[in-house]
Amino acid sequence: MTASIPDRATAVPVLALGQTLLVSVQGELYDTLAEQLQHDITLRVADSEVSGVIIDISGVEIVDSYLGRVLAEIAAGARLMAARTVLAGMRPDVAITLVELGLTLPGLITALDVECALELLARPSAPNGSGLPERAA
Amino acid sequence: MAARDPAMTIRVPIRSDADLSWVRQQVRRRAAELAFGLVQQTKLVTAASELARNTLVYGGGGHMEITSLGHGGTDGLCLSFVDDGPGIRDVRLAMTDGYTTGDGLGLGLSGARRLVDEFTIDTEPGRGTAVTVITWAADLPVAERAVR
Amino acid sequence: MQLSEQETVASSARALTGFLTRRREQIAQRWADVPLFRSVFTVSRDEAVEACKSVVDALAVVASTGRLEDIEAPGFDTVREQLGSMSGSRSRIGLSPARIAEEVAALRPSVAELLRAEFPDPAATEATEGLLDLTILMGTLRLVTMQTALSAGEELIARQRQQLHEVATPVINLWEGIVAVPLIGTLDSARSQVVMESLLQSIVTQRARYVILDITGVPTVDSLVAQHLMKTVAAARLMGADCVVSGIRPATAQTIVQLGIDLGSVLTRASLADALAYALRHQDIDVSARASLR
Repeated sequence: MTASIPDRATAVPVLALGQTLLVSVQGELYDTLAEQLQHDITLRVADSEVSGVIIDISGVEIVDSYLGRVLAEIAAGARLMAARTVLAGMRPDVAITLVELGLTLPGLITALDVECALELLARPSAPNGSGLPERAA
Repeated sequence: MAARDPAMTIRVPIRSDADLSWVRQQVRRRAAELAFGLVQQTKLVTAASELARNTLVYGGGGHMEITSLGHGGTDGLCLSFVDDGPGIRDVRLAMTDGYTTGDGLGLGLSGARRLVDEFTIDTEPGRGTAVTVITWAADLPVAERAVR
Repeated sequence: MQLSEQETVASSARALTGFLTRRREQIAQRWADVPLFRSVFTVSRDEAVEACKSVVDALAVVASTGRLEDIEAPGFDTVREQLGSMSGSRSRIGLSPARIAEEVAALRPSVAELLRAEFPDPAATEATEGLLDLTILMGTLRLVTMQTALSAGEELIARQRQQLHEVATPVINLWEGIVAVPLIGTLDSARSQVVMESLLQSIVTQRARYVILDITGVPTVDSLVAQHLMKTVAAARLMGADCVVSGIRPATAQTIVQLGIDLGSVLTRASLADALAYALRHQDIDVSARASLR
């Protein structure tokens, strides 16, 4: 017996807010969905005047090394097209687990929630948004 | 010795991407039932996700066995990930951070080990791989429990 | 084999079972006045008598199975919880498990007296066998009580250790969006785990953008402590907060350099005040004396 992927219903919606893309990931993110998302975001960033991408993961219960890599790749891809990616809303238990796993996502800009992320993107100067010099990726 | 209740063992197949998600849900549910703290739950589910993906990607599929343990009043959860794949030639190398034969980050085995209390790996080239992990429900972190 | 063993215990143990069942009321009445029961069941004497009866019943059950020396005998299960709460209330007033065990031992003479009265000839074999069985059974009860007392003590220690961890690591809200954790004492794995969890939780509740870890009160910074600090910094950053480690004293700085510890990208400041100033400046907050006070 093999579980089947419920399609469409769980696809991740990508919202455009001015020059910012807002992606809200909720619940289980299947590997294939994550890849699909990576593809979608890259296309949207290339297509338009997007200067920032916010990935809201407040609804994500776990981030493993696979999803961590996808998130890092989304950010790296967007950066190549001059858009900044902010990872917003990571839960405390997820953060502890990622650090223990050895995945500190050094290249990613992070924010407490979507509101903070929007604020961050509104400030043009700070490369890491959080005020510190960008760490070696 | 940890007492195993065979009636509490269930087997979850790992054959596809969607099965990985099913593995995560099963582990989360069982960990919550045993009143694991949220951080402990998330660590165990993440470890399970890493190991199940290894079973799928490197072992060519297999299954997970999930067993509740009782041990002197402390509840625990034992997860075994079993495949009939090619096995691992150099376990020590495979356990090194950043080492991978695939295109992953090489954090699967080494990272999962840091997320659980007990970790054993049983493998031989050509004979498949079985990784067994145990986490004990406790209000105290691992280092403290050794004192008790 | 099994059968003959059962047969031999049966005669004397069965007699003991009969005695315990018959004299249940008298035994309970005598026990109800000893400190062990009286101090626990303070509401009424009847309550204490009832508690004594349940212990007598449990002993009768154990005797009937012939497992006089077995602390795992099923008969004890019914009173284990009661014995636990009794020994718990005795240990709360400062009695050691050994002292509690002595109190249990003190239950024996009154029962022995009743048992001796059962036999017209105290030198008869039945009498000595019966008393021996009773002694063994009461010894087992003592062990069971001691066991519950010890495990209750262990639980208490574990709980207190957890409380100590929480108390010892307060998270202070310094300014809007700035929280600080003054770390005092040794930073072992367990401590740092608690620090990390409560700190990350406070980032959420205080909506903190800056976190200051002050290690002025940490006596030694070795590579393990440094690793804990870096993990905490990394986890806070994943949640969108920036960490500053402050309170690195000259001696500590020297050790860090001598040990060759790489604090990597961790931002450090000499004092908590410097760290706060840094966080304020980066939030575009200017703190200055009022003009009239200059």
